[in-house]
Amino acid sequence: MKVKTVLMLRKTFQGGVHPADGKEFARNEPYRTYLPKGDLVFPLNQHIGKPARPVVQKGDTVLAGQLLAEADGFVSANIVSSCSGRVKAVENRKTVAGPSVPCIVVENDGNYTLAEGVGRETDASVLTGSEILDKIKAAGIIGLGGAGFPTHVKLAPKNPQEIEYVIANGAECEPYITCDDQLMRTRAGEIVEGLKIMLRLFPNAKGVILIEENKPEAIKAMEQACAGQEKVCVRAVHTKYPQGGERSVISVVAGKHLKLGMLPADAGCVVDNVATVHAVYRAVCRSEPVMERGFTVSGDAVKSPCNLMVRIGTSFEEVLNEAGGIREGVKARKMLCGGPMMGIALASLDVPVCKNNNALTVLCTDPVAEAEKVQTACLRCGRCNQVCPLGLTPQMMAAAAEKKNYERYEKKLYGLECIACGSCTYICPAKRPLMQLFKQAKAEIMAAKRK
Amino acid sequence: MQGIVIATLIVGVIGLLIGAALVAAGKKFYVEIDEREALVRECLPGNNCGGCGRAGCDAAAAAIVKGEAGVNVCPVCDEKAIEKISAIMGVDGAETVKRRAFVRCAGTCDKTSVKCNYVGIHDCRSAVLSGLSVWQCDYGCLGFGSCVEACAFDAIHMKDGAAVVDPEKCTGCGRCAAVCPKNLIELIRSDAGTAVACSSHARGPEVKKVCAAGCIGCKLCTKQCEAEAVSVEGNLAHIDYEKCTGCGKCAEKCPAKAIVRL
Repeated sequence: MKVKTVLMLRKTFQGGVHPADGKEFARNEPYRTYLPKGDLVFPLNQHIGKPARPVVQKGDTVLAGQLLAEADGFVSANIVSSCSGRVKAVENRKTVAGPSVPCIVVENDGNYTLAEGVGRETDASVLTGSEILDKIKAAGIIGLGGAGFPTHVKLAPKNPQEIEYVIANGAECEPYITCDDQLMRTRAGEIVEGLKIMLRLFPNAKGVILIEENKPEAIKAMEQACAGQEKVCVRAVHTKYPQGGERSVISVVAGKHLKLGMLPADAGCVVDNVATVHAVYRAVCRSEPVMERGFTVSGDAVKSPCNLMVRIGTSFEEVLNEAGGIREGVKARKMLCGGPMMGIALASLDVPVCKNNNALTVLCTDPVAEAEKVQTACLRCGRCNQVCPLGLTPQMMAAAAEKKNYERYEKKLYGLECIACGSCTYICPAKRPLMQLFKQAKAEIMAAKRK
Repeated sequence: MQGIVIATLIVGVIGLLIGAALVAAGKKFYVEIDEREALVRECLPGNNCGGCGRAGCDAAAAAIVKGEAGVNVCPVCDEKAIEKISAIMGVDGAETVKRRAFVRCAGTCDKTSVKCNYVGIHDCRSAVLSGLSVWQCDYGCLGFGSCVEACAFDAIHMKDGAAVVDPEKCTGCGRCAAVCPKNLIELIRSDAGTAVACSSHARGPEVKKVCAAGCIGCKLCTKQCEAEAVSVEGNLAHIDYEKCTGCGKCAEKCPAKAIVRL
């Protein structure tokens, strides 16, 4: 009996929480392509690293798929136009992250005329590894799951021979978001092709598609697509937040616990979101740069929650209108770019969708305001320590951050390792704003280091 | 009787031995301290505000004595204290310019309005990190009072949603300026006659839309100034205190009252 129970338990990572997933709103809504009517705005810093350098000027005519800004430096990414039209301005505009940043604004002519060569079918099997990487770089692919790390850099580690696993991350543990689920259900074959292309860069690696158990349709579709494939397999995992975190993924698939400061490549793993893998397929096999992405509009305040294929640069306002806007009789109290756990609160919807934004969540209640009303002092119950997926001690970190004891925060408590998943804040019975404290502490420590 | 004598002798001898050991150790491990350090320390204010860029007044005193810092390194000390320190150090009194903090924003609640409801930690830096633009103006004071918390002299307070410096109490240590995430606080000469109470680089119509006290970059002030001390750069007036005579004509003419008399 005991053995059976042990066998039934799926391998999982330590810690984690089980928030209400809210996926019922949009999980069965198939993708609709949405073509924006208004101007498209392309921030130059959609990725981690150096902002791209504009190669167009005000007044230039551009086509869909044409390069707008090129990667400036090693860790940087190209930005392409997702519509045809005229460059209206290169100016500072507001983005999701808050401050105004340089953006290229394209006046949309509504025709979506493709640039030459975009959509040309290519036989990937004749390409060499460096040609594949060049194509990925040209397409401006970055981590579409949210981090926004340039993919061509991630796929070129120092030791490609030592990579054991290339993991397509379809965990999608963030509540409300269902765009990856739909992508796996409807484009399973293309994801497998994309993964196989990536595997060609790593001779000794196996491809794993990791999916949480709460997406049975996606698991079935991916398993069918993987049938008969030697190097690619599907791994269904326990549904638990933050399963989609890079470290959680690696500990489940490779059974390795990333030590502090280690990169996934050091553990022999390359982890990419399924949307990124799909973008790799489109870039390599169809010469399509990142012009559109899967996007979920969900939440209890949205009239008809849906999954959309939106063009990069579309304003959030237009995307929300496409989902029917706000439901009658309710007030939108919280608007988030992303999901409720890690998403960024939006003050205005007049900001563009970037490559690494995957959802808009609109809620009738503001959970943070509710929590603030009942916030008390720390109870020292230690639940945050139990749920931290990295094994940190949020309770002590919060005490150090509040006292601005950043020396202790960094050196003794390893606070900089925090991935800001928000599990501690979710579980805290005293409703302490832990994650915000940690984000602030991290920002201040990094600012002091730069000085 | 005999027992007491023996005990006294033993304790006495041990005491003498330990005393001798202490004297020897004191000689051997003697650390030379410049006595001027203690004297300089006496002259410093002792708030440990960090305005000099060092860990506190003790560290500042040590730096002055070692010659790593000038005698006027402390921004809080008045002329008398600097003179005293100069006398201790045996150098000529360096010229000191007393400075005070000035908040370059007059966007109080009646002049501008709140754009979105921020919930979370009540701290300006947290609010900025969250990415939400809390007020209509992107440049203005957030009003959560990080500067108030930082001030060691109780010289800066929140008034109607914007920070205001009390010039009587302000010592010009610059701690508030260092914590303001919007870089609104400037250290100006304490004898300055006028100052620009706005930091918005937005264009005139945009400023007008969001704040009644904002500089719209109309350049009326530059025309008034006889000393050519006022200039408008990036839609924002700027006063050059090297040239400013403190006549106050610019403040009089400013239509938005973004230039204020101090």
